[in-house]
Amino acid sequence: MGFAAGNYDVIVVGAGHAGCESALAAARMGCSTLMITINLDMVAFMPCNPSIGGPAKGHVVREIDALGGEMGRNIDKTFIQMRMLNTGKGPAVHALRAQADKFLYQHTMKETMELESNLTMRQGLVEELIVEDGQCVGVVTMTGAEYRAKAVVLTTGTYLRGKIIMGELTYESGPNNQQPAVKLSQNLKDLGFDLVRFKTGTPPRVHKDTIDFSQTEIQPGDENPKFFSYETKSSDNEQLPCWLTYTSAETHEIINANLDRAPMFSGIIEGTGPRYCPSIEDKIVRFSDKPKHQIFLEPEGKNTSEYYVQGFSTSMPEDVQLQMLRSVPGLQNVKMMRNGYAIEYDAMVPTQLWPSLETKAVPGLFTAGQINGTSGYEEAAGQGIMAGINAARKVQGKDPVILDRSQGYIGVLIDDLVTKGTNEPYRLLTSRAEYRLLLRHDNADLRLTPIGYEIGLITPERYEMFLDKKSKVEAEIERLRETKVKPSVINPLLESIGSTVIQDGSNLLTILRRPEVEYAHIESLYPSEIELDAEMKEQVEIQIKYAGYIEKQLLHVERLQKMEKKKIPESITYDDIHGLAIEARQKLDKIRPLSIGQASRISGVTPADISILLVYLEHYNRVTAAGG
Amino acid sequence: MLSDTIAAISTAVGESGIAVIRVSGPDAIAEVERMFRSKTTLTEADSHTVHYGFIIDPKNDEKLEEVLVSLFRAPRSFTTEDVVEISTHGGIISVKRVMDLLLLQPNIRLAEPGEFTKRAFLNGRIDLSQAEAVIDLIRSKSDRAFSLALKQVEGKLSRKINELRHSLVETLAHIEVNIDYPEHDVESMTMDFIKRKCTEVSSGIDELLKHASQGKILREGITTAIVGRPNVGKSSLMNTLARENKAIVTDIPGTTRDVIEEYVTINNIPLKLLDTAGIRETMDIVEKMGVERSKAAVNEADLILLVLNSAEELHEDEIILMEQLQGRSVLVLLNKIDLPQQLKREKVTQYFPESAIVELSAKTEEGLDHLEDAISSLFFGGKLESGDLTYVSNVRHIALLKKAQQSLADAYEAADSGIPIDILQIDVRLAWEQLGEVIGDSAPDALIDQIFSQFCLGK
Repeated sequence: MGFAAGNYDVIVVGAGHAGCESALAAARMGCSTLMITINLDMVAFMPCNPSIGGPAKGHVVREIDALGGEMGRNIDKTFIQMRMLNTGKGPAVHALRAQADKFLYQHTMKETMELESNLTMRQGLVEELIVEDGQCVGVVTMTGAEYRAKAVVLTTGTYLRGKIIMGELTYESGPNNQQPAVKLSQNLKDLGFDLVRFKTGTPPRVHKDTIDFSQTEIQPGDENPKFFSYETKSSDNEQLPCWLTYTSAETHEIINANLDRAPMFSGIIEGTGPRYCPSIEDKIVRFSDKPKHQIFLEPEGKNTSEYYVQGFSTSMPEDVQLQMLRSVPGLQNVKMMRNGYAIEYDAMVPTQLWPSLETKAVPGLFTAGQINGTSGYEEAAGQGIMAGINAARKVQGKDPVILDRSQGYIGVLIDDLVTKGTNEPYRLLTSRAEYRLLLRHDNADLRLTPIGYEIGLITPERYEMFLDKKSKVEAEIERLRETKVKPSVINPLLESIGSTVIQDGSNLLTILRRPEVEYAHIESLYPSEIELDAEMKEQVEIQIKYAGYIEKQLLHVERLQKMEKKKIPESITYDDIHGLAIEARQKLDKIRPLSIGQASRISGVTPADISILLVYLEHYNRVTAAGG
Repeated sequence: MLSDTIAAISTAVGESGIAVIRVSGPDAIAEVERMFRSKTTLTEADSHTVHYGFIIDPKNDEKLEEVLVSLFRAPRSFTTEDVVEISTHGGIISVKRVMDLLLLQPNIRLAEPGEFTKRAFLNGRIDLSQAEAVIDLIRSKSDRAFSLALKQVEGKLSRKINELRHSLVETLAHIEVNIDYPEHDVESMTMDFIKRKCTEVSSGIDELLKHASQGKILREGITTAIVGRPNVGKSSLMNTLARENKAIVTDIPGTTRDVIEEYVTINNIPLKLLDTAGIRETMDIVEKMGVERSKAAVNEADLILLVLNSAEELHEDEIILMEQLQGRSVLVLLNKIDLPQQLKREKVTQYFPESAIVELSAKTEEGLDHLEDAISSLFFGGKLESGDLTYVSNVRHIALLKKAQQSLADAYEAADSGIPIDILQIDVRLAWEQLGEVIGDSAPDALIDQIFSQFCLGK
């Protein structure tokens, strides 16, 4: 009853933020790629907040861009507000956050994909994977179309057996009342995968003309916006403000009076929700001593009157939602356009994946995004590009690209997922990165563009630009180191900025290390002969100012990398290793880490177990080398 | 972990006239050179040479020990790495002073169990046939360390450290929320607050360290008196314990023959055993002097092992003794279980309802392991105390505590010089992790958990 519908190198199922990056990466790496999605109007849709970036997440967008992905460029084209956050803190945690015109964001992404020559876009609901000889070789849609490929990437988001919950009401649905993918979930179980049930939620949307903005505080964008993509140099986008208000005592009373109808507490919700993204009813119950909670009102686009009510995620019944909204200052007369809701969905237990995002049980099958237990557009896109890259490399017979924890937040994210798993939807935080100072948002290009170039996602022109920046930054640091300064020349400047004067000669680099001295000060006395743009100067300043701390972290990284380089052969049998503790043996057997480094991060594996593993590996290698 | 520099005392403590500390790894020579005063410069010296000199504290140039230093350059050494061996005078104090100083250096850490051998093996120095033996070594030593660590978790030390850690993790969570949720209405963490925290936690560590370096526990072990009537088996028990635990008899001047001292280590707990002359009321004037001394020994003991002969009924003297020992840390030992039993257990329990009662035979050594277990559980369960001491008895712990203090000092200094909060956070976090290592708790997710339980966050 099925029919052959086409052959491709790579098939990507789903067109959300993971699916788009996956499909574009595979296609741009030269693979004939098919992207199938339930509804082509939903490409790159933002079912929740209309914004991209923020701490850790914004870092990921920069990393995607440095690797040659699309999210950074797309948001730069379609933002309606741009803000640099954390500017009062150190450079490692500066983070860009954009409000998106969510409709324009979708259309722009869709257009980019339509223009990609190796990429075919197709509407269809995938119900089954084709697995032959243990390998995933294609998909079958609801209409019986059989598409074949050498690798398949699943990016099912919250569609997998999705269920919307609102008060007493529940119904099968994907996000925003889209058709869910029900049969595929059973198919994955039949293939032997462990699935978990997660939950997330979204707040109501309200009509702009029914908001009394005079009762709220304005939150404008930056006057001189910066951008996500290293390619974007300027923008004419007009910016719109967001607005801040708070819940009132009345809001809390309404919620408390209706808790018996809240699915969070009535037991209707089975899925595990994220702690970092609780519904408003959850916040009020768990933090009952907090008198009010922040609410941001965010425009969803230029050509719409819908406003997103950030901080008000809820699965209360519709009538209660309206009462709740109208108890918030500024929203007394508000008209609700869409309800908030909770959504439950199936996700894979991510420890079933290799760090390449290929499943261990079914070679050729990759998964990325919310299906792997994450939450957030950026987290999805970061996995998406890696899954796309690795699916393409598999087709091309190349080794997978795996970023380690010192190379990027994407590396931290994937390593956490496949090594430790997660028992709630996983959100990136800067505190999850042990090398935060190295994983800065200003140096994502320095960290990853060489990789992007090597795998063919970064054009030679852009790589040239990158090399030019890199060499100019290095030359300038060298110049500052070499340039001697006399007290008579530098002291007036130091005095004028309240810095201690010097007695003997020094060099510019040493002077710039002082917290109160800025590159601009140095430049005013000793300008560089070569022309440096703002980005380069920023880089010079950061690398010099924080050199001490950076070097300390680099030392740790060196150790990490030694551990990562000790590879564990896939063929290893942990049962053969005498001396391993039982818990360690079971965990190692389940995760099957690729390196000693990864093994050491598995919970329950002790340093003694690692020592034993090292000794065993040495033994194993010597025996293998001897041909035994 | 694979190629940092490690150090350990490689002779059994107290067993010989000299003690040897072995340092191995890329920084071994340079680090020892920094604390070594001699005619020769180690960094320039040839391999396989021995140098006479002094270990000094680089901070104040104070001479700590007269030593001989042997140098082995890579790859011609046991581990195939650069190795320095420092020979000091025997005895726990000398060697510990040098060891403590070494472990304070940022590039040196205490070797894990079996780590020198492991390195020798991984670097191809040891024959393949010995791989199993290396694994056994690692396993057996770490199992012991692990069970000790577990017991310590329940102890007083870990409670104190947990308090300090909790105080740090709250601060860390606050800093993290400021970073990860910059627009959230959580007030900003101030530099003053962080500085105050650093000082507070650092002085908490001071408290722990003060007891560690001055406490008599560390120097002498827990003073343990073995008491009982004559011929209940005190001396044979002492001899058995001493032999089993490979302690050496130390001739301490001034000890009289009626109180014999022995040093033993039971499950890493140092004990100073006092064998007292038989306690009983006596009219004999000569014997009485000995008994008086015995009583004094009992009075100053931290732990009393009361030996009773289970093959006889309780003697009147023993009842008096038990009355006198009320309120003290007592372990009751019923000796001679290899003979027909006469003693009624209930009578003993009546006097010491809370104390453990261990049945053993000093002669056949049956039940000896129960005694060792009982002593460790008393110690690690926090029930056994000498004055108000919290026991920080182990070199590794002391080194970690001092490193944590250094991290806090770095954070304080950074806060003073205007370093951004997310950067000085690195040092605060390091201190938190180092404290965690002391009690074997290094779960990195604890910080994330703290963030979400302490703050109300959401979209």
